Amino acid sequence: MSRVTRFAARDPGIAARLTGFLAHLRGHGFALGIGEAETALRALEHVRVADPDMTRRALRAVCAGRAEDVGRFDALFDAFWLNAGRVRERVTPSARADKTTRSTREDATARSSATGRADSPEGEDGAGDTAAEGTGKLIASGLRNLMKKDLRDVVSPADVAQAEIVARQLGQALRDRRSRRRRAARKGAGIDFRRTIRRSLASGGEPLALARRTRPDRPVKITALADVSGSMTLYARPFLAFLSGLMRADGDTDAYLFHTRLVRITDALRDPDPLRALNRLTLLSDGFGGGSKIGEALDLFARTHARRSVDGRTVVLILSDGYDSADPELIGAALARLRKRGCRIVWLNPLKGWDGYAPVARGMAAALPHLDLFAPAGTLADLAALEPELARI
Amino acid sequence: MDEWKTLQDELAREGYVASPDLAMALHLAIALGRPLLLEGAAGVGKTEIARALAQARDTRLIRLQCYEGLDAAQAIYEWNYQKQLLSIRAAAEDGEGARAAEARIFSEEFLLERPLLAAIRQKVAPVLLIDEIDRADEEFEAYLLEVLSDFAITVPELGTIEAVTRPHVILTSNGTRDLSDALRRRCLYAHVDYPDRETELAILRARAPQVEARLGEQIVGFVQAVRKEDLEKVPGVAEMLDFAAAIAGLGVADLADDPAVLHVALATLLKTQGDRAALPPEVAARLAGKAA
Repeated sequence: MSRVTRFAARDPGIAARLTGFLAHLRGHGFALGIGEAETALRALEHVRVADPDMTRRALRAVCAGRAEDVGRFDALFDAFWLNAGRVRERVTPSARADKTTRSTREDATARSSATGRADSPEGEDGAGDTAAEGTGKLIASGLRNLMKKDLRDVVSPADVAQAEIVARQLGQALRDRRSRRRRAARKGAGIDFRRTIRRSLASGGEPLALARRTRPDRPVKITALADVSGSMTLYARPFLAFLSGLMRADGDTDAYLFHTRLVRITDALRDPDPLRALNRLTLLSDGFGGGSKIGEALDLFARTHARRSVDGRTVVLILSDGYDSADPELIGAALARLRKRGCRIVWLNPLKGWDGYAPVARGMAAALPHLDLFAPAGTLADLAALEPELARI
Repeated sequence: MDEWKTLQDELAREGYVASPDLAMALHLAIALGRPLLLEGAAGVGKTEIARALAQARDTRLIRLQCYEGLDAAQAIYEWNYQKQLLSIRAAAEDGEGARAAEARIFSEEFLLERPLLAAIRQKVAPVLLIDEIDRADEEFEAYLLEVLSDFAITVPELGTIEAVTRPHVILTSNGTRDLSDALRRRCLYAHVDYPDRETELAILRARAPQVEARLGEQIVGFVQAVRKEDLEKVPGVAEMLDFAAAIAGLGVADLADDPAVLHVALATLLKTQGDRAALPPEVAARLAGKAA
């Protein structure tokens, strides 16, 4: 903590410097508004500002909103206040200049935000390289394809629009089924006392008509895992478009990619700007088109993300051809583990549509006993045709 | 300027060992009057801090346990229907007009307070613990936002009830679903992790002073090693304390002494069949040997 940022002589004061810091965080994907800036300033009144540790803790409590933010905050804090990160430009924004500081950094920072690296080098291709580094540790891979494919070639916004329609229908199919079952089990439950009492006033306290109430239907949640390994390249396109559509149609959907690694793409897909969403997706999916380790990816998913997000009302959609470069036993074990959480598992295999296909790939054979539905899906049309099937499970 | 340290000490006197990060976040939440959102795995002591804070500040702890389907009637207020019914009957016999009866049965007297309403009507600002907010539905989250920003509750029949004092609000979440950005932005945030060795030792000393220092170190070392194993339910701090109590209660002086007793005491740490199977006596004995 010996290095201290020196500010210019005409430094505009702490409020402006703090605004600059918040803009710096915002550029790295933190959701911060004017309200947070005010809170942060007020928070600093309650701590010894000259003590970097204390200031760091105070600002972290205000600015970080989720666990990932907490992890990234320290590096961003160092980079801004302690000159520990790159020194690309002297950051002494005035209140007036805030807008320009943002726009000069926006481009570079928005790209690195997807990787969670604070101090990424800023070369033209630098962002891509750090992306590989920043997320590449989930699963060690022997077969990672370092030739990056640009997903913009794979998914176009028009595809997304079309996929959204299909996705909405499928979502509806799953939901409808759910509500039917609930209604049947719920017959005659729950009296709305409030309304009944109010009505009974008219009849001198005699509750002649009972007002009833029911609990609202709870939609099912879809969690999708897409295999984007080499053997799946052809089919990944419609499925990714489908996922984008699904995300837009329903806020509860969760999505992951896997090849030799497992990557959560929910946040990237939910970006309000579809083009930027695809950009972020590209950054996340380096290794796209390489080998696949289905078992490891599913196992990791079952152990980590699934613990949080998968419950009895979740449908897990897996798109994969079942060709695995690792131990197929793992697939069965991972799916069994996943099943324990009470979810339903749907495996969509593009190869199943082929004449004379039998699930002989060892991975597929290991997975079969744990599936609620095993269906073909290679194109958007196939996915649309799934609607009645999904409604049945 | 060092109030957060004072707060940390206050909490320590109530047997809660808070990390500097957590103490600072809590201090700021109180100083700025903002809710504090705590996230972290189950069993790291998120709920406990509210209890400790209430005791330290000598105020009431009002707890709202969230669950799926939680609605306004259970979270905010409800009318006392039985009483209303009786009152209407009585009114009819006394010949009271319907309008007068209506005004009477929708008054304070017939209102049942639920946690949120109770929290804003205390004379001394209470600690309001909204536990496992991620289990409640989004609709409830939206309503909660409204209450947390205005600290006023509107009952259609009565009008708006303004807060007498602003409660210190602590929300906890296990992360079973993503919370809305709006809620996150209203709150200060702290992520609570499993305590490190030193912190956990301090917790053990504070909560179970009867455990000897050397045995305590073994217990904490053992539990920290167990957490690294591949388990379905990772034991939290409460489990560690139960385990320590069990070990002390069984009269064990050294963890590595008796594998059989250790295995029995594991019932307090491992709560599923699968986890019991994952940690057979030999493995447990090995971990205990390392910790000793």
